[in-house]
Amino acid sequence: MSLAKISSVSGRAVAVPGNDIDTDRIIPARFMKCVTFDGLGEFLFYDVRKNADGSDRSHPLNDPRYKGATILISGANFGCGSSREHAPQAIQKYGFKAIVAENFAEIFFGNCTTLGMPCLSAKREDIAILSAAVEANPGIEVTLDLVRQEIRFGGQRISATLRESARDALVNGRWDAIGELLEGRNAVAERAKTLPYLAA
Amino acid sequence: MAQSLFQKVWNAHAVRTLANGQTQLLIGTHLIHEVTSPQAFGMLRDLGLKVAMPHRTFATVDHIVPTDQFAEPYRDPLAQAMMDELRRNCAQFGITFFDRSTGRQGIVHIVGPEQGITQPGTTIACGDSHTSTHGAFGAIAFGIGTSQVRDVLATQTMALAPLKVRRIEVNGSLRPGVYAKDVILHIIRVLGVNGGTGYAYEYAGNVFDGFSMEERMTVCNMSIEGGARVGYVNPDETTFAYLKGRPYSPKGEAWDKAVALWKSYASDPGCTYDDVFRIDATDIAPTVTWGINPGQGISINESIPDPKSAGAPDEKASIEEALAYMKLKPGAPIKGTRIDVAFLGSCTNGRLSDFREVARFVKGRKVAAGVKAIAVPGSQIVAAQCEKEGIDKVLSEAGFEWRAAGCSMCLAMNPDKLIGDQICASSSNRNFKGRQGSITGRTILMSPLMVAAAAVTGQVADAREVFSLNN
Repeated sequence: MSLAKISSVSGRAVAVPGNDIDTDRIIPARFMKCVTFDGLGEFLFYDVRKNADGSDRSHPLNDPRYKGATILISGANFGCGSSREHAPQAIQKYGFKAIVAENFAEIFFGNCTTLGMPCLSAKREDIAILSAAVEANPGIEVTLDLVRQEIRFGGQRISATLRESARDALVNGRWDAIGELLEGRNAVAERAKTLPYLAA
Repeated sequence: MAQSLFQKVWNAHAVRTLANGQTQLLIGTHLIHEVTSPQAFGMLRDLGLKVAMPHRTFATVDHIVPTDQFAEPYRDPLAQAMMDELRRNCAQFGITFFDRSTGRQGIVHIVGPEQGITQPGTTIACGDSHTSTHGAFGAIAFGIGTSQVRDVLATQTMALAPLKVRRIEVNGSLRPGVYAKDVILHIIRVLGVNGGTGYAYEYAGNVFDGFSMEERMTVCNMSIEGGARVGYVNPDETTFAYLKGRPYSPKGEAWDKAVALWKSYASDPGCTYDDVFRIDATDIAPTVTWGINPGQGISINESIPDPKSAGAPDEKASIEEALAYMKLKPGAPIKGTRIDVAFLGSCTNGRLSDFREVARFVKGRKVAAGVKAIAVPGSQIVAAQCEKEGIDKVLSEAGFEWRAAGCSMCLAMNPDKLIGDQICASSSNRNFKGRQGSITGRTILMSPLMVAAAAVTGQVADAREVFSLNN
């Protein structure tokens, strides 16, 4: 299984500001009544993006200036709450390739990494600078550099980090662990023998 | 060297180090349900893989089941499709499924413990963030996403980096009317909704020593609401007494061996923690939330926060956002806030002891006019026990609707939902915007007895006053 080596992501960005944006907000639970992840993109942020009658509300993702953005910018504790992979799936299927936030909830971060969608953390003041630049010029190209751990845009540069194990996995194309886990089959069997509760 | 339970259990299950530095960790027990598993089985089929240890994989159905309809097909064809899919997957891959026909169905975090599947010193994973519940037994239990469900199905392992450990000690005596739910709401309020990111929480102190298993489960359940993916309590005699004689507990000679092994997993005295935080039990009051995340809590006698008195600018913004959504007045007492719905249930507070405590106090009382009150047992076994003790009758006579087991109004994936901007006094775990099924619905989290007090008075009330608990 050959996976892309994700050492950088470039594209236009959009800021969805706020702290503690939870996974129920990212993808409301009623859209999880499905047996595949197909089509989840259209329900991203649905209840803050749409009125009850399905018409658009004021929301950055409804703003035509940000159409086609592939980098999502937000605040602290992004993705808190449920472990639902439907949340990162919806973000990815909507068209995003990476997320920049002050920090991320633990399970959400792992789910994104496994999908090859980098989550970079930046300081609050740096996110404000980046968001301001994007707002002033929505067409500006933003580059997330996972090797140098920085974000570049319009001649500016801010520092942005991610956990080393995730960074390594993305940059070296091993972000989906299944192949490597399967290779450990024999070692797993040996370890299992030492744990009485696993006996068949 | 002295080690914590987390380190011991981790080391006992570590298979090898992966190329990116993460550990390939053996997951001894995999619990699955209808919402986060179908896609994982789909991936398994796409890759042509089998389930590595079907005998260590257990399924139940909880999120989508209607609590007022037994007969299939369900009114919601999507819910029925998920049910059918889980049945098909379990049959094809040889997985034990606690379907409704078994009498052992229920919320996954209630079923595991009551079957004796959840055991000390084990690793557990489930595609649900409240998997931390199982840590009450001294297990290391992880909520995981669907790709990891696939990994665990296919390999019985997952890739993970170890967590830091923060010991949270609660010592002293809880005041009357203060419950396990208040303890965890207090912890989250003090340490913050992301204070636990990167940590496993080890709950300790004489309050936890004295807690029943059900109380420990309530606290561990909400670890994730404080940002901690894992929460646990060291196993002790209370743990072993709970597990003895359960269907999947070891029997005979194996039981004695197991208990000896379980004891050995408890944190060693003098082991090193990455952080220690101490709480005085007498500082904990009946706690209710006023906002849109579980950290936005106050004691029942406090006033709703005023953005004017906020410290940092983003604290001000978050108070304003929460108040605008909750339609609550800054500076006003939370006590007296009118409620429309009272919900008893969920993986946090849907166990026998929760319903027993409520029944003890609402006996002879009536749900206030205009309040819709529902009581939803967390499992078929909890329901049967309640019915045997007549708890269902007490609650029904008081005006609660007695329902069938499921997640119900905790998360809006079944017909139990708020309507419009109804306010719900809820024993569940999340008060996020829209969480209970209406995009303007409002949730106030509290202990089951506080829900009962709200139900009978029609407003957020102090259960100690309503039920004369101080006497």
